[in-house]
Amino acid sequence: MRIEIAGENALIIYFADHTSPQISAQIQQTCHDLQVALGERLIDLIPSYASLLVLFDLDKSSYFEVRNTIQRVLLAQAEHPPAAGKLIELPVYYHPEVGPDLEHLAEQAKLSVPEVIKLHQAVEYRVYAIGFAPGFAYLGEVDERIAIARRATPRLKVPKGAVAIADRQTAVYPAESPGGWCLIGRCPTSMFNPAAEPSMPVDVGNRVRFKAIGREEYLSLGGELESTI
Amino acid sequence: MSGLRITQPGLLSLLQDGGRFGHHRIGLSNGGPLDPQAFYWANRLCDNPTNSSCVEITIGGLSLEAELATQIAVTGAEVVLTINGQPRPLWQTHAIKPGDQLTVGFAKQGCRAYLSVTGGFRAPLQFGSSATVVREGIGGLHGTPLQPGDLLPCQPSTDHRQQRLEHRFQPQYSNNATLRVVPGYQVDQFPSLEQRRFYSSEYQLSEHCDRMGYRLQGAAIRSSISAMLSEGICLGAIQIPADGQPIVLMNDRQTIGGYPKIGSVISQDLGKLAQLRPGDTVQFEPISIEQAHSLHCLHRDRLKRIPLTPC
Repeated sequence: MRIEIAGENALIIYFADHTSPQISAQIQQTCHDLQVALGERLIDLIPSYASLLVLFDLDKSSYFEVRNTIQRVLLAQAEHPPAAGKLIELPVYYHPEVGPDLEHLAEQAKLSVPEVIKLHQAVEYRVYAIGFAPGFAYLGEVDERIAIARRATPRLKVPKGAVAIADRQTAVYPAESPGGWCLIGRCPTSMFNPAAEPSMPVDVGNRVRFKAIGREEYLSLGGELESTI
Repeated sequence: MSGLRITQPGLLSLLQDGGRFGHHRIGLSNGGPLDPQAFYWANRLCDNPTNSSCVEITIGGLSLEAELATQIAVTGAEVVLTINGQPRPLWQTHAIKPGDQLTVGFAKQGCRAYLSVTGGFRAPLQFGSSATVVREGIGGLHGTPLQPGDLLPCQPSTDHRQQRLEHRFQPQYSNNATLRVVPGYQVDQFPSLEQRRFYSSEYQLSEHCDRMGYRLQGAAIRSSISAMLSEGICLGAIQIPADGQPIVLMNDRQTIGGYPKIGSVISQDLGKLAQLRPGDTVQFEPISIEQAHSLHCLHRDRLKRIPLTPC
């Protein structure tokens, strides 16, 4: 565990040089503890795979004070193991109709399409980070057997709700955007809605499970289909 | 509500308040003014609260028609401001009445100008801020740059106290800036020779400079890092990707990223960078975090002490 300077009003805590569900849970716990301990002096927190960026208000605090608070919070944690994150279930319509890379992935993994779908649902994922775009949650870790590299040429348009894999990460695209991940299905749950409170169904450190649904259920939950991707 | 009607938005005109804070965890960027100092003066001239909404005008080309009586001020880049065809000074308040035609010409020096109005523009708030982040489709009037026909809502005001910022207190914009840097993040994984090269070289602004980040060109910098996990990025962070060409990350940056970073430019120098244009040059100077804190406090207190002159 290291605390480094990141900028004039930013410190970054490195918890480890790798990621794991335990580290993710510890980062989430630290977010909570720092919010309480720093209060008004805190501007924002950016949790990620194995680090936590702490942005503080230079008019209300100093580097030394924030560093000391972080150290105190981390020491106090040793006595309380972090709680398991909240579990969220996301429905997915897995089908080549909405997952144009599903058959290619199965072929490359030397598995059948149903086996790929089963393996994607078999893991309880952790939200390791949110970024790239508002509401884009990086979930890990995907079963090695269905890990697949990003496409050589990213798509210009990936539809909202696309369920995708890149290496050992998986995600649901919160909005239409360009993207290089491999698409295996579609989730009807909105991952980012600025008008809703909360605006995202998941938070960093939460646990996520995917559950296969059929075409009709997908449509009844508000899922959309379009002729081409 | 009445206000100022956009007739021509220019190259890029955006509503910005002080920025959107506390939402990085869901991937939202800060937005906010690229040159906080010019933004500060625009609001101070109109006696507005510090972070009131202004229009950030990049390069220029903006024209508007007033639909009410109020007062305005334009600060920042050296643009020509006209009211009904008559040139008017920047860094000063001007009374306007319904039907007045305002234009902001193209900047001769500098890159970002700020238009303020008494009471600030009344834009809807998203996640607590009116700041426009085009990449996210969030903020402003409809998540986009201002369009012809848009109405910038504001309150009428006839209680005018005309004032100006004296020339000796106005920032001067040139084609070069020294950016002070707090070394941090992966700095220890840049060999000392590479760090010396970084701090002794001159870098040119490339064509790829926008509200997300400024890509620079010059001596390539190498680190010993081959791969790293994505992590939180603060304002002003200097990324060094594999080609060794630095990128300074600005207000609309992505919240996380996986490139090595050598440190971060202090916030008061980012305004200087934002006033430069492609082809202009910068050099970097390392300072300690203690120095950065002293500079921050001195700058803040100095701004507050500068008086405005009645006119």
